[in-house]
Amino acid sequence: MGTDPNLQLAVERLHARYAHALDADRLEEWPRFFTENGRYRIATAENEERGLPLAVLYAEGRAMMRDRVQSLRHANIYEPQRYRHMISSVLLEPVDAGVVRSSANFIVLRIMQDGDTVTFASGRYVDRIVLSEMQYEERVVICDSRRFDTLLAIPL
Amino acid sequence: MLQRAWPAEGVTRVPYWVYQDEEIYREEQTRIFRGPTWNYLCLEAELPEPTSFITTFVGDMPVVVARDPSGALHAWENRCAHRGALVCMQRSGTAERFRCIYHNWTYDHAGNLTQVAFRNGIGGKGGMPADAKLESQSPKKLRVESIHGLVFGTLSDDVASLEAYIGPEVLPRLKRVLVRPLKVLGAYTQVLPNNWKLYMDNVKDTYHASLLHLFFTRFRINRLTQKGGVFVSHDGAHHCTYTEMVEDRGDDYEKDGMRSAGSQAFRLEDARVLEQVDEFGDRVAIQILSLFPGFVLHQIRNSLAARQVVPKGTGRTELHWTLFGFADDGEAMTQRRLLQANLVGPAGYISMEDGAATGFVQRGVAGSPDRASVIEMGGATVGSGDSRITETAVRGLWKAWRQYMHV
Repeated sequence: MGTDPNLQLAVERLHARYAHALDADRLEEWPRFFTENGRYRIATAENEERGLPLAVLYAEGRAMMRDRVQSLRHANIYEPQRYRHMISSVLLEPVDAGVVRSSANFIVLRIMQDGDTVTFASGRYVDRIVLSEMQYEERVVICDSRRFDTLLAIPL
Repeated sequence: MLQRAWPAEGVTRVPYWVYQDEEIYREEQTRIFRGPTWNYLCLEAELPEPTSFITTFVGDMPVVVARDPSGALHAWENRCAHRGALVCMQRSGTAERFRCIYHNWTYDHAGNLTQVAFRNGIGGKGGMPADAKLESQSPKKLRVESIHGLVFGTLSDDVASLEAYIGPEVLPRLKRVLVRPLKVLGAYTQVLPNNWKLYMDNVKDTYHASLLHLFFTRFRINRLTQKGGVFVSHDGAHHCTYTEMVEDRGDDYEKDGMRSAGSQAFRLEDARVLEQVDEFGDRVAIQILSLFPGFVLHQIRNSLAARQVVPKGTGRTELHWTLFGFADDGEAMTQRRLLQANLVGPAGYISMEDGAATGFVQRGVAGSPDRASVIEMGGATVGSGDSRITETAVRGLWKAWRQYMHV
């Protein structure tokens, strides 16, 4: 069963805009990719498989996401770093009217100011997207590894 | 024998070679991790039923922790008696027996060798000689004790019981948190670019908490002007620090012009990540407890976790976080703990900086093994007190470390 190519393109465009905003350090735009009460969760494949609810980072609603950005800008201390997201293999599945479920693979490279570049994370984005607004109602970032190098400041 | 000499100033100086020297690292494995210490292995809740197992580490040594069919706990070195391969490759699960994949030598839950493939050969040919000493290189067995759901192991026959090892200063603070059966909420690993002792040193450093972690101070979660205190065991090895929930209205930070106070008040739009229920009824907001050599128990508001410090060479450490609640937690409490998990771990509002700061020390001292840290805040003593503007618990770590290492 094929997916509407226009819908496929629209969802891939949403994922691309999200990735470019984070990679270009436009963190203030990050909450606006979500619905007002949208949920964002960075999980690990291990915890998901064991049915354990713990997230590495968890936000319920845009206000909590804005708090995260404020804290990164004004409170938390971390070495200057950038990400480069690679997102591919986007598969869609209609859920109910106006909502689509997307599953996409990702790799995130982390680039430090001295040029040191590592594969920081790989995994899947499992999303519920509201089509009228083209926003994430839920974005679960399921990391393949349980290991995180040094710290995770910028959202994935 | 180690040739290193400690600076004449004693506990107020920590020479930087302790974080760099490969020989020191090897000696620590023998004298500390495989020596007369109790090492945290896992939570009992991670071994929920008979025949459950989990793999873990004591220093560099891989370890299997398992329940036998009667439910009794055992821990043994994850190394086959035959050629030394890992016996158990999976992280956790249940197993009827443990069979080394290399040549199918088989072990029971207590680490006893129970079966050797083709021991008697086939058709009268091959096989082991009748007097072969197959058990001579068996995996080492650990003494195991658990305390309120935490499982510890030691290779030493001499070390005292776990409770006596922890001692009367810190033990009540451990029991204060572990009041009911635990339930695991999840786990992850933070890889730190530094020596394991820099992390333990950071955990015991009550001076840094409100200066490095700006989130604490900006939101007035923890300031040194809040009521709190520190407990240090008599040998210096273990510590506990706590802060009470009282909201601080003082301006000591602003008057000193400290960076962490900032120029303006900073408020959360959604403060649910901070909303604490006083579940232990003593108004303690934060308690950080460490046991030598590599265990940390935290209560940060309603976030509870065990942190296991696993050394991976002189300049690398794995921090295994296991966050938990109580088995009888309701939906609302579980949700609260999950939201407050935002405070801790690699993405934690108040703990993400620790990995960075300790990594900066490892990099900063690269050219100065001959120089030393200056640890004189609060004087030169090691002991308990009601001020956290002190490095007394850090000095305790080094007092204990030197005793174990004979340096």
